[in-house]
Amino acid sequence: MELYTDGKSRSLVVKIVGELDDHVAYSVKGSVDEALERTGAVNLIFDFSRLGFMDSSGIGMIMGRYRTVNALGGKIAVMGASENILKIIAMSGLGDIVLTAETFDDAREELMRDE
Amino acid sequence: MNENKIRIEFPSKPENERFARTVAAAFIVGLDPTIDQLTEVKTAISEAVTNAIVHGYEERDGIITIEGKIDDRTVELSVKDNGVGIPDIRRAREPLFTGKPEKERSGMGFTIMETFMDALEIESEVGKGTRVIMRKNLE
Repeated sequence: MELYTDGKSRSLVVKIVGELDDHVAYSVKGSVDEALERTGAVNLIFDFSRLGFMDSSGIGMIMGRYRTVNALGGKIAVMGASENILKIIAMSGLGDIVLTAETFDDAREELMRDE
Repeated sequence: MNENKIRIEFPSKPENERFARTVAAAFIVGLDPTIDQLTEVKTAISEAVTNAIVHGYEERDGIITIEGKIDDRTVELSVKDNGVGIPDIRRAREPLFTGKPEKERSGMGFTIMETFMDALEIESEVGKGTRVIMRKNLE
C-alpha cells in the first residue's frame, strides 16, 4: 500500500496493490484513518489500478471511511478499478456514494468539480 | 468425464483467506475457466472463508474445512466451520444485512456468493456451526 497526498484536490491517495481482502482491509483501515488525521486531507482517492482482487471486505472498509470523510465535508473517489471490482461496488450500492473514475486525473477533477 | 475431489483443513486465521482463494483457483484451473469465472469463484470462496473466520468463529481459533468436487464442467465447493452458527439464515442472506454492524462489514457476503455462483445452500445450527455449499457450471 502507498499513501500520499494531493494538495491540489486536498486528497489522501491510497494505492492498494495486489489483493484486498479482510486481512488486508484491517491494516488499510488503521493506516488510512491515521493518515487522514495527520495530513488534514478531506477527500480520499482509492487507486485500484493495480488491485487484482477485492471481496466485500473492501466494501466494508470503504463504507467505514465514507463516514469519516463525509463528516469532514469530503468525498471518496475510486479510480482504475477492474470490471469485476466495479461490479461488486455497484452491487453493494457503494456506487451511489463514491465517485468512480478511470484515471487519477479524472478522479481528481471529479472531486474538485463537486466542491 | 472429468471428476476430481479435494478436502483441506486449516486454522481460522485471516492470512488463510488468500490461501483458500489460491486453492480454489488451482482446483478449477484444469477446467480451463475464463478469467471472469476464476475471479468469481475466488471471490465467492473468499466471502465464505471470511464469514467462517469473522462470524462463525468470531475471530477465535477454529478449524475450517473446504471440500471441492468436480463433476464434468460443474464445480461444487463447500466451506464448513464448527462455530456459533446462524440463528436466522433467511435474514443473513438479505443484501446489506450484517450481524456485525460495528465492525464495518458490508453485509454483501452471501449476495456475492449467490451472484457469482449458480447455486448457494446454507446449512447451519446455532452452537454447532455452518456449512456453505456453492455450485457453478463452468461452460
